[in-house]
Amino acid sequence: MIEAIRSAMDVSMARDDNVVVFGEDVGYFGGVFRCTQGLQQKYGKSRCFDTPISELGIVGAAIGMAAYGLRPCVEVQFADYVYPAYDQIVSEAARLRYRSNGEFTCPIVVRMPTGGGIFGGQTHSQSPEALFTHVSGLKVVVPSNPVDAKGLLISSIEDPDPVIFLEPKRLYNGPFDGHHDRPVTPWSKHELGDVPDGHFNIALGKAAIRREGGDVTVLAYGTMVYVAQAACEEKGIDAEVIDLRTLLPLDLETIVASVKKTGRCVIVHEATLTSGFGAELAALVQEHCFYHLQAPIARVTGWDTPYPHAQEWDYFPGPARVGRALQDVMEG
Amino acid sequence: MAGGDGVLKFHVPEPEVRPGGTPDFSNVPIPKAGSVPRPPVDVDPRQIRDLAYSIIRVLNRDGEAVGEWAGTLTDEELAEGLKHMMTLRAFDTRMLTAQRQGKTSFYMQHMGEEAVSCAFRRALAPGDMNFPTYRQAGLLIAGGYPMVDMMNQIYSNEADPLKGRQLPVMYASKEHGFFSISGNLTTQFPQAVGWAMASAIKNDTRIAVGWVGDGATAESDFHAALVFASTYRAPVILNIVNNQWAISTFQGIARGGSGTFAARGLGFGIPALRVDGNDYLAVHAVAKWAVERARRNLGPTLVEYVTYRVGAHSTSDDPSAYRPKTESDAWPLGDPVIRLKNHLIARGLWSEERHKQAEAEVLDTVIAAQKEAEKHGTLHSGGKPSTRDMFEGVYETMPPHLRRQRQQAGV
Repeated sequence: MIEAIRSAMDVSMARDDNVVVFGEDVGYFGGVFRCTQGLQQKYGKSRCFDTPISELGIVGAAIGMAAYGLRPCVEVQFADYVYPAYDQIVSEAARLRYRSNGEFTCPIVVRMPTGGGIFGGQTHSQSPEALFTHVSGLKVVVPSNPVDAKGLLISSIEDPDPVIFLEPKRLYNGPFDGHHDRPVTPWSKHELGDVPDGHFNIALGKAAIRREGGDVTVLAYGTMVYVAQAACEEKGIDAEVIDLRTLLPLDLETIVASVKKTGRCVIVHEATLTSGFGAELAALVQEHCFYHLQAPIARVTGWDTPYPHAQEWDYFPGPARVGRALQDVMEG
Repeated sequence: MAGGDGVLKFHVPEPEVRPGGTPDFSNVPIPKAGSVPRPPVDVDPRQIRDLAYSIIRVLNRDGEAVGEWAGTLTDEELAEGLKHMMTLRAFDTRMLTAQRQGKTSFYMQHMGEEAVSCAFRRALAPGDMNFPTYRQAGLLIAGGYPMVDMMNQIYSNEADPLKGRQLPVMYASKEHGFFSISGNLTTQFPQAVGWAMASAIKNDTRIAVGWVGDGATAESDFHAALVFASTYRAPVILNIVNNQWAISTFQGIARGGSGTFAARGLGFGIPALRVDGNDYLAVHAVAKWAVERARRNLGPTLVEYVTYRVGAHSTSDDPSAYRPKTESDAWPLGDPVIRLKNHLIARGLWSEERHKQAEAEVLDTVIAAQKEAEKHGTLHSGGKPSTRDMFEGVYETMPPHLRRQRQQAGV
């Protein structure tokens, strides 16, 4: 997935001189996850460069550049570090078009690795997507595989509005179904690891059905797509797994059609429960599918604690927990 | 501090005087006009560190322009500059009254600070971009932006260029080099640096200007902006308007032990200058110096404008609660309009009679603009932006959820 993300930036930089890439360690070194490796060599220091350790400076400068006419695609090293830039994202990037009535716009992408599963503790594991889906004017994207990561990132860079691009870091090196005690499957063995060369788009705002089924709809994104799929297989449940891909704007149509078909819904995310994105999903499903529901909507999420270190796998909503929820909903 | 009793003491700075006291600015050292030398623009920043602690002044007590910083403006430009400041002042007066009459919710005036934005604007070229705060409308007035459009924005009426989405005075105009004002403090400072970095990346010739008040320098955005400006030698001018008061908080709370706000630039290796913000000629001369530096690829400049906020912070503020009512009269740098007027009179280019006449003319122009704007409505009466408009412009293309909400709103 790292190569796919790098390729998306490479393709975008080759096609448009206004695309610039910067962040902490992204220039000479190529990023702590290697997502920008080689871009400085290829496009020069004016197009790909290192920055001081200041997330607010990175995003603030990106906003100014976007107002000038560039298309900055910046990296925040971990989503856990985005908070110093939160004011710039929420009060500035998200609102610039609206408050200036289009005099100034903000086509920026803020990329950041998200989620846990790497023993990163509380400062390298958070999933802050709901802090961004709550903000008018932003788009929020969470890819779950290399093909999507490339197509969605190219679309995000080409988008006229600011995009928060959350990369599930546990997926960088392969699909991960939550069975942390098993060997890692590389992307080379997965069909969605076979990324086309060159330029292609995957539209923002469109979900993908990863597993068709008739008995229950599972709404997931990022790493949880694989966890949900594993849980369905292990429990032998005929579930439909929807990979949301874009959280804002949301593909409500696909969700509603599926839940109306299955009559049941389980929502899975790694982020904490309370006011998480699952709450929004549950409300929407209830509003649009209430008379089709045969059981209460269930949520399986991270607990409402900081992300722990030693207890990582007790915190992580793995296939066993998802499986239990699926069973409950089927029996409910 | 020598205490000697082994107990730590907590320190909170206090202004010299509070309401009821006698205003006292004897702690503000004012160098003589013309006494600060003008270094070449490519000077090594380390050689002009003293400029961060002095005050560059051109106009002396007799209204004469003196010293090495004098002579950057023609007679016509000076007369026009006076007119700009008078226009801004008349504009403020009318809009303050309009707010009191309920024609808008809120207003922020410039009284005492007119020279800063009006004179600075003259040093810029078309295409340069300001990232202003809410007290730099002189950039628009001196730049020829239509006053009617400013008023339409203040009234949030049907002709408001920003469709009623923004608090009054939070203008935006790309064409006039005026970035959208946020209202959240200092966010624009790193953005100005980013814009300047972009201009350098594209080998452009245009430069950026960031603006911030004394109090808002305490935001971490200020620090980030200086780091980025310093690191990338961005073609940007970073302006601090020190008007002594951040709402009720005196400048010492944000300044702390740093001596001056300009001195904050020294640790970043950024040339830092302090200038008499009430001296139109000095502001212009320093602006021109900094603009030339940026344009010649010599990097950023930090400028502190020493001025005084004569009026209230906003129409929601009452300064008599925190500073002596007569404090502005005691301000040692005087009034920018009167000082430029006296200079023009001293030069034989102006007279009291001409000034009175000009005041009347300026007022007529402002009133005519106001009448025109009010034809399009004021906040609570007449034409206003549509409710349907409220849903537009959040994104370039309206996403489905906003469409649904607009339908729910019945518009």
